[in-house]
Parts: sequence; C-alpha cells; structure tokens
Amino acid sequence: MRALWRYLVAAVVLLLGRGRRPPRVERAERIVPAGEPSPRAELLVLALFGATAACAVAFVVVYAVESIPHQTQFLGLSLGLAFAFLAAALIVIASRLVVTEELEEDYPVPAHPAEQEALGQLVEESGDRMTRKRLLLVGGGAAGAALGAALVTPALSLGPAFEIAPFFRTPWRRGVRLVDEDGRPLHAHDVLEETFYTAYPEGADREQLGAPIVVVRLRPAELHLPAGRDGWAPHGIVAYSKICTHAGCAVALYRKPTFPTVEPRPALVCPCHYSTFDPARGAKVLFGPAGRPLPQLPLFVGPSGELRAAGNLSGPVGPAWWGVRNRRPS
Amino acid sequence: MIRSTVRFLDERSGGAPFLRKALRYVFPDHWSFLLGEVALYAFVVLVGTGIYLTLFFDPSTATTHYHGEYQPLHGLEMTHAYRSVVDISFKVKAGLLIRQTHHWAADVFVVAIVLHLLRIFFTGAFRKPRDLTYYLGLTMLALALLEGYLGYSLADDLLSGMGLAIGYSVLMSVPFVGANLAELVWGGPFPGTPAFWSRMYVAHVFLFPLLIATLLGAHLLLVAARHHTQFRGPRKTERKVVGVPTFPGQTPRSLGLMSAVTAVLFLLGGLVQINPIWLWGPYHVASGTNGAQPDWYLGWLIGALRLVPGFDVTIGHYTLVPNPFWGGALFPLVVFGFLWAFPWLERRFTGDHAFHNLLDRPRDAPWRTAIGAALFTWVALIFLAGSADRVFVTFFVSYGWQILFFRIAVWVVPVVVLLVTRRVCLELQASERVERERELAEEEARRAAAPEPVR
Repeated sequence: MRALWRYLVAAVVLLLGRGRRPPRVERAERIVPAGEPSPRAELLVLALFGATAACAVAFVVVYAVESIPHQTQFLGLSLGLAFAFLAAALIVIASRLVVTEELEEDYPVPAHPAEQEALGQLVEESGDRMTRKRLLLVGGGAAGAALGAALVTPALSLGPAFEIAPFFRTPWRRGVRLVDEDGRPLHAHDVLEETFYTAYPEGADREQLGAPIVVVRLRPAELHLPAGRDGWAPHGIVAYSKICTHAGCAVALYRKPTFPTVEPRPALVCPCHYSTFDPARGAKVLFGPAGRPLPQLPLFVGPSGELRAAGNLSGPVGPAWWGVRNRRPS
Repeated sequence: MIRSTVRFLDERSGGAPFLRKALRYVFPDHWSFLLGEVALYAFVVLVGTGIYLTLFFDPSTATTHYHGEYQPLHGLEMTHAYRSVVDISFKVKAGLLIRQTHHWAADVFVVAIVLHLLRIFFTGAFRKPRDLTYYLGLTMLALALLEGYLGYSLADDLLSGMGLAIGYSVLMSVPFVGANLAELVWGGPFPGTPAFWSRMYVAHVFLFPLLIATLLGAHLLLVAARHHTQFRGPRKTERKVVGVPTFPGQTPRSLGLMSAVTAVLFLLGGLVQINPIWLWGPYHVASGTNGAQPDWYLGWLIGALRLVPGFDVTIGHYTLVPNPFWGGALFPLVVFGFLWAFPWLERRFTGDHAFHNLLDRPRDAPWRTAIGAALFTWVALIFLAGSADRVFVTFFVSYGWQILFFRIAVWVVPVVVLLVTRRVCLELQASERVERERELAEEEARRAAAPEPVR
C-alpha cells in the first residue's frame, strides 16, 4: 500500500514537473518596456472585478427568485452593470496597469510588381497550348451561363411568377352580404354618419387584399360619384376597398372634420403615408402619394335591410404594378 | 504555463512568428476609429441574443387563439409566430430582456455603421488601397438594413404586417417585373403563402447573418492587410504608422469597449422598452394604426414614400412606374449607388490615383466634404419628413404644409449646404495659411531683432 502511494506521488511530481522545465532561453532585452507598478490601480481593478462578480451573481439570483418584481428591469440592470464594471476594470487596466507604448511600423509595401508580373506570366504560359483562346473563352462562357441559368431555374417554383390572374381576384360577387368583424351581417340602418365601418364578404377568407372594405354614410346630396356609378350608394352608403392603392396598408383612419374651415370634407386616410381619399367622389386622391382612387364596391340593400354587394369592385385592389390598369377585377 | 501553451500551439500550427507579429500590430489612436468596433461588438451581441431567441420562436403562420399570460390579448386569433414572440416576452424567463436587447442591438448596430461610414467618408479613408474595404462595408450596411427589416417583420405584430405590406408594394412597384418578383418572394399575392414565413426566417437567422459575417471577416482581413489609416502627425507619414500595439496596449481597451457596448445594450434591453408587440396586437390585412413608425434606420424610406406626390407613370393602360418605386426603391438605390461610385468618381475628377495612408481632415478636401454634407442633408431631411405626422401631433404644425415644405427643402437645402460647406472649408484652409505665414514672419522678426549669436 505504502509503496503504491509512493509511486503515485512520484508519478504526480514527474507529471507536474515535466512542463515546468522549459529549455532555458537567455532573456534578451525586454520587448515590452518596464513601468512603475501601481498598487492603487490594482486595488481599483480588484474592486471593479468584485463588483462585476456581485452583479453577475445578482443576475442569477433575480433569475432564480420568482417573487422579485420587475424581473426584466432587474435582470437588465444587473447584467448591464456587470458588463459596465468589467468595462471599467479593463479600461483601468489599459490606462494604468499596462504600459502604453507608441510603436512605429512600416506600412506594407503598396504593391509587388515582380510578383504581379510572375502571376500574369504564369496564367498566360499555362494557356500556351491553346490556339483558339477567344473561341474557347466564348464557349466556356456560354456553357457557364447556360449552367447558371439551369441552376437558378428551380427558383421559379417559389411562386407562380408569370401568373397575373391572382392579382385581379377578389371574393366580391353580386349578392354577397357584407359582414362585420364578428361575422354579423351589416344592415343599412346600422351604418351611421360621421364614423366608418370595416366589412368583409360573408364566408370568404379575410386575409386577402380583396376582402376588407370600408363603409361610410354620407348625405346623398354630398355625393358626387364618377359617371356610371348611379345607384351604387343606397341611402348615401358608400363602400371602398380598405387596402390603400399606394403601399397596401389598411386605410384605417376616417377624417371627419371638426374644424370645417381647414379641411371641409370628410376623408379616408391611410396611416402609413397619409394618402387621403374623398369618399364622396369615388375615393379620388385628395392628398398624399397614392396614384389611384380606392376601388369602389357597388351596394344594394337586401330584402331584410342588409347590405349586399351589387357586383365586384370597380378596379383592382392594393398597390400598383405594371398591369394594375389592364383589366377589371374578377 | 504560458510558455507551454505557446509551445503546444506553435508545434502544431507553426504560428508563433505570425502571432508575434499580430500581437505587435499597430493601432493608431483616435476615438473615431472605435466606431467600427462598436458595430462589430453590437453584431456579436446580435448573434448571441439572436441564437437564444431562435430557441423559442416559431416561424409559423398557422393560427391559434391566445390564452396565455397577457390578459388583454385573450381570445384573439393570431399566428403562432406572433404568439411565440408574446410568449418570449411574458412566459420565457429573461426572454423579454434578451428580445429587447436584440432589438436595441440592431438599432445600435446600424447607428454605429452609419457613423463609421461618415468617418470613413469625410476623412477620405476610402481611397486606394482601402476602396475594396469600403465597398464591403457599404454592402454590409445595406444587408444590415434588410436584416433588421426582416427581423421585425418576423414577429407578425401589427407594425410588422404594415411594414411587410409596404415592402411588398415597393417590390411590386419595380417597373416591368415587380409583380413577378413579388409573386416569387411571397409565393403569390400579399400576404403570401405560409412558405413565405420560412423564407423570411431562414433569411433572417441564416443567410443574412452568414453573409454579413463573411463580409465582416473579409473587411477585417483587408483592414489588417493594409493597416489602419492615421491622421498626419509627428512621425506619422504615408510610410510609417504610429500607434499602440495589439498586445498589451490595445487588447484591454478593445475588450473594455466590447464590455461597455454589451453593458449599454443590456441596460437598454432591461430598462428601456422597445417594440412592445403585445400593445400593437396581431396583424390582419384589414388592420392599421395611426402613428406607426418603423425602426429609425428605415425612417429615410418612409419619409421618401410620403414625400412623393400622388401619381403613377402610365402609358395607356400600362403602368410604367408605380408610385412607391420612387421613394422605396429608387431613392435608396441612388444613395447607395452614389456612395458606391464615390471613390471612382473622386479619382475621376481629381485625377488622384495614388496610395493614401494618411487621412484628410474634412477641410483638406472641400469638394468631398461639401458633397458628403449635401448628401447627408438630403437623406436627413427626407428622414425628418418621415416624422412629420409626429410633429403634427406634438406641435400642431399642419401635416400638409410640412410635406409641402419638405418637397421644396429637400432640393434646395442640400445645394445651400454644398456651397456653404465648401466655402467654410476654403476659409478654414485660408485661415490656417495666414496663421502659418504670421508665425513664420514673427519667427523671422524675432531672429532679426535678436543680437547675432556669438560664434
């Protein structure tokens, strides 16, 4: 037993001792210049390290103890302060405990003309055996281009790419009932003046640009709809696509003038870029960047007073693109 | 201990001579050189906090009804994406801290890059041999903007949905091919297919970070290969760089800066609320809110979108240029294109093809400074136009009048700034010349007045 113990101790001593005897190199002159020690700075650094550790521990405690209120704030505070103290410690080290040297070094040589020449020569000589270099280059280029095109072709599977019909599709048809957010049919007598309503086509997917519409009631005498829209606004109730024709946001604001002298007419306003539309004039653009009026939905009042679409919207919904003026929605 | 570690590494990598050189690499000392480092450390924090967030985020558009910790949202229909971000904020311990720190880090990242870019531009640090480094940096800025946009779009809250609708419209507005591109990216008309969310997700957590990290590596390699620039000074010449070595001088400074950046980001993340998505609610195509503002670094684009007067360029029934193209696509392309082309343009007009290791002070290159100031003013004014609605709410200045003012100011003020800046630079140069001449004359006068030294 005792012998074993001795062997063990000897082995440990040998193992540990091995690394400790590097080949002795004669110390040349110093690389980093000597400086005065600064015990006070060391003390400061120690204190800052202590503060870092304390804050880090505090972070763990805040994390672990459920009953501490304002978890996020205290977590952020403790972790942030821990890093702040660490930063302070490192800055004290940098400014007081490490020698500040100012070294000079040559900038790298701007260029290596001989090497450049050799590289060019190397490439040229490598192609010496080829007699029709230009033709080969063109051939290689063509092959590369064709292969590149082939490799990017599968990207077309990302979407339909050439199918433009979906941009014209809306769920509105003649006879479709207008329903509110909870799916209840919207009745003509529910629609009051001086406010606006969001409505959807009954039974359709609401998360498509063609679905949501805004409904407002104006006095029939105020209405000056474009030609050909007679009877689209029963009792002065007009409906427009809720999607801004500028950048696709929801036209979520209804400006009902409280100061008549400034902005005399009610308007539908998009909160993204403040495109402003006149609901009395077919949602003509009054202000802002939109390039087209909001498409209008023709309405009629059904037998039990409910509002129904009298057809599809007057134009494609949503932001403009190259074909947006080509046809009517379907 | 140190010796044995060094020996271990050197015997296996042969790297001791290289490391020795690297540790004595010289960093010129100027506070403005730290801006790039701030960006670097913000990126480190972004990657760290970002990895943590991926462990909880669910990039799915499948819908669910919320019945979680946050009462006001109870019963609302929302996507799993939005729900998981609400859960990160309320259910995951320390989740909100990490999420807010991530968001703040993104904002600080872009601030640091932009300030770094301004420093590089106005001191002429982009000149040969560092033009390639500059191009990589600019590309990283563009990627950072897109990456940030993708990041806050992923949460699928009301603001992110509004932002995506605008992004979709801008892509749609590209002449001739916009609708086709949008269909490819979204998989169909807005709001697109469920696959769109996976596409955004993989782009945000993998493709873009990988691209940025790769460019960052190349950027730093090029910086090291050509060494830092420096301002002219005693012993500081085109051939000799003077400064603090990596070790021991620069290392604690740089680590200190890293800790300081991390400290600020965690303090912000813990104490200053950012993007409280539970207040915005989930996005639906039909919902919108007033007072919506994007993260600061997209403010210039919203300003540009708002400033353009309402028209689409059409030929018959063909819509050639839909409106959002001007502000959302052409404007940033022009700004980045100009910054990209600037080193070449400057070489072209000044005929200066030389190597430059010494920096210019802004006054040393009046035209460059004037052009940079004008460009900055242009972008800053358009940025300010993006907050005109907030100015209206806060100070009751008519929105319409503000927009009218900006529509004129963005073309007039930069020209004024161009001329004034150039003049100021020239005057500063002249005053320095006068000062020098005065000193020389005084020196001469002193020498003339003094008695001849006894030989």
